[in-house]
Amino acid sequence: MDKYTEKIRSIAGNLLKDGKVDKVIGYKQGSLPMAANPFAARTQEQAEELVFNSTCVMNLANYLTDTTEKIAVVAKGCDSRNIVNHIVENKIKRDQVYIIGVPCSGMVDKRKITSEFETDLTEFAENGDEITVKSLEKEKVIQKKDYLRDCCLTCIKPNPVIWDELAGEFVEEKKMENRFASVEKIENMNPDERYSYFTELTRTCIRCYGCRNACPLCYCPTCFVDESGPQWVGKGQNETDIQTFHFLRAFHCAGRCTDCGACEEACPMGIKVREFTKKLVKDSSELFDWETGLDLSKRPPLDTYSPEDPDDFIK
Amino acid sequence: MGNLLEHIGIERERIHFSWISSAEATKFVDVVKEITDKVRSLGPNEKFKKIYN
Repeated sequence: MDKYTEKIRSIAGNLLKDGKVDKVIGYKQGSLPMAANPFAARTQEQAEELVFNSTCVMNLANYLTDTTEKIAVVAKGCDSRNIVNHIVENKIKRDQVYIIGVPCSGMVDKRKITSEFETDLTEFAENGDEITVKSLEKEKVIQKKDYLRDCCLTCIKPNPVIWDELAGEFVEEKKMENRFASVEKIENMNPDERYSYFTELTRTCIRCYGCRNACPLCYCPTCFVDESGPQWVGKGQNETDIQTFHFLRAFHCAGRCTDCGACEEACPMGIKVREFTKKLVKDSSELFDWETGLDLSKRPPLDTYSPEDPDDFIK
Repeated sequence: MGNLLEHIGIERERIHFSWISSAEATKFVDVVKEITDKVRSLGPNEKFKKIYN
């Protein structure tokens, strides 16, 4: 991964030196191990702070919405799909954004790793597929492939879809048996089981809206949960209000979600928010033969009408 | 929408989508009858319900 870091720094440095872009959005090492923060470099010196490793989980397309500046952005496969979606939805113009494509071999799941340690982690070092993690009481060498995030395990596009410059060679696309196994497990339950599953899933939600804020799709000037006239949903900790929030937020992402996992990553309570959106990804794929963000010339399925659209639900 | 509601455990039979012109009075009556019959056979919905105290 270090070669990516070097390449990203040199590309970013050159872009800023030549004045081709106003800023470069990438990641920088945070104050804790396994925390790579989104970071905007505006000078050549700042470009030297950029990093890329297996903890760069947030989706940087989120920082492109409605900007007037010319921006370069570091984009993994999922970020690039969200950038395509942003361009299609007129949130940014193609010529405004310079995409530094990074072929991605998956990001690690912080929760899977921290669950193996009793105390706080002090160090996280990567060497190819091997990761050395240290905590106050022990040190452990783990294989990256055993600790990938759930969304990375079912990723269909590890390589960028669009880019202006690549920071490395394309990686091989994984072959998956069934990327919707988690959705099918829920589909096979009966209605009561499904309802109690989702009630249990969202029980710990504290309504911080971190999932919404981390999501590049959630760019409405006023979100339905913040609206007070009319007030669409109650603002307290009522169980039904919490469920309504998650249900509606997910539905707003129908046919637009790239399953990047930023929502789950942002959740301080570890709620598997993707359990809602993954169903919509499956439906889009089955009903409309649609995968988000692969083609600049296609509108999302709920945005267009075709006589071939499935209509057996309407009488 | 129907699929997602079904996915979180709301029975499919409770959700209906229909296109009825203002000139189609009989169709409207038929659809409403069908819906009420289906929902009645399912019984009251206890899910996704907000209780005010």
